[in-house]
Amino acid sequence: MKNHKVVASLEEAIRLSGLKDGMTVSFHHHLRNGDHVLNMVMEAIAQMGIHDLTVNASSLFDIHAPLLRHIENGVVTHLKTNYMSGGIGRAISAGILADPVEFRTHGGRPSDIELGRTPIDVAFIAAPTADPMGNCTGKYGKSACGSLGYAIPDAMNAQKVVVVTDNLAAYPLTDWSIPEIYVDYVVAVDAIGDPAGIVSGTTRITRDPVGLVMADRAAQVIRHSGLLKDGFSFQTGAGGASLAAAKYLRDIMLREKIHGSFGSGGITGYLVDMLNDGCFEALMDVQCFDLKAVESIRTNPRHHEISASHYASPSARSAVVDSLDVVILGATEIDTDFNVNVHTDSNGSIMGGSGGHSDTAAGAKLSMIIAPMFRARLPIITDRVKCISTPGRDIDVLVTQGGIAVNPKNQELLLRLKDAGLPVVDIHDLKEMVERTTGTPAPVREGGRVVANVIYRDGTLLDTIRSVPAK
Amino acid sequence: MEIIKRAIAGTLESSDAYVEIEPNARGIRCELESVVEQQFGDNIRGLVEEILADCGVENAKIHIIDRGALECVIRARVEAAVMRGKGE
Repeated sequence: MKNHKVVASLEEAIRLSGLKDGMTVSFHHHLRNGDHVLNMVMEAIAQMGIHDLTVNASSLFDIHAPLLRHIENGVVTHLKTNYMSGGIGRAISAGILADPVEFRTHGGRPSDIELGRTPIDVAFIAAPTADPMGNCTGKYGKSACGSLGYAIPDAMNAQKVVVVTDNLAAYPLTDWSIPEIYVDYVVAVDAIGDPAGIVSGTTRITRDPVGLVMADRAAQVIRHSGLLKDGFSFQTGAGGASLAAAKYLRDIMLREKIHGSFGSGGITGYLVDMLNDGCFEALMDVQCFDLKAVESIRTNPRHHEISASHYASPSARSAVVDSLDVVILGATEIDTDFNVNVHTDSNGSIMGGSGGHSDTAAGAKLSMIIAPMFRARLPIITDRVKCISTPGRDIDVLVTQGGIAVNPKNQELLLRLKDAGLPVVDIHDLKEMVERTTGTPAPVREGGRVVANVIYRDGTLLDTIRSVPAK
Repeated sequence: MEIIKRAIAGTLESSDAYVEIEPNARGIRCELESVVEQQFGDNIRGLVEEILADCGVENAKIHIIDRGALECVIRARVEAAVMRGKGE
């Protein structure tokens, strides 16, 4: 028996994996906009003359722009992802891919992988530390990223698994995230990523007064929701206003001595502070956003790494999102039926994706959207969003600087917030109020052919995104 | 009112507008680049004509780079550019 799985190069690993035309390769996005692995692997694949591949990546960032060339050259003919940033999104919106992109959610993706709906032939795992048999983790190494949660379902279900690392450690690496039992090959490279793009040094709360007003209102809504009591669980995004809301919430929890159960999701230093201050018993972490979160998951046993399935899969027996009390989410647009768009910008061009948006909204008892009344003259509230990322039935409340709009389906919350004297307004009235300031925008022209399908977490088609002519 | 020299007002910050005005032999020539062209382009061009008429400017070249400014901001920037350009 060979005592290690280390092969000399990516080409060697790809050749040994048996990758052929028409197959599917997968990637995870913990190295975010500092990731080198997707580009290195796809370049090697292109050099080897393999074509017609499906790339299933948990998210795509602008650093992955070389992928566009592989699309133009026919190396890649299908894309499945949960999020893509604007640089990639503009090219997709311009129509460079013949077949529509399949957008899923952070929970829907692992669910469809496990159910065999989207099988993976070869998974490539960017591992900040690995041993020669493939035990690997994101907690250590110069490219440390913390949790490897999104990679775990890929490793467990792909036909072949290639671990790519820039820190080969002695066997056995005991504090693994992904164990050797799933791993076929290990490749050592100089750098799997650029640390500056992998995690932010620090994530900061907003200093914008409008953002602070929204954050304070958001914390007040949570306080009066009836959910803020011992055992409270909470998730928030890494946006400036969401983080400020977490800070105000922390102040309330400390003042009122409320001991929550867990914080979840993409974890920032602010949630780590809440853990250390006793606001939560545990953090459930599928991805680390900053250095403080990476340090915490490495050293604090109450800071747990979870897989994407454990985080949000709708077909798991249960997932963390099912136990969430409150989630704070963002929106590029929200309509008067509370449908939320986080996929496209105001001209209909792709610049995002659901990520865990619709998973947490479906799971949490209180799903809150926090957004300014308008951004650069464009009202946040529309008659109908250009793309439904999360259906309005899963959204409870919209918090803006001009007022709080409660989804009429949640009458209990409406009464609670009114009783607390918070500035509650009907969402139609809020929309009019905004348009008195901004003017009423003319409708954006209809797009062309379908360039992306938005697939809800249960596998059904939620919406489609149409092409936008390039400028 | 006569525009006798090139003048500018505003910035390229988000939610602001950058306005350049200069003399023109005959009539108003307006060029607009806007991040909200689809939603508010015609509205802004109409507004600029109206402001120039209010100021009594009949001949000028005006170039606006709009970063999503509200109407009141565009009005303030255009009026400021006109005041500076009339050279008094």
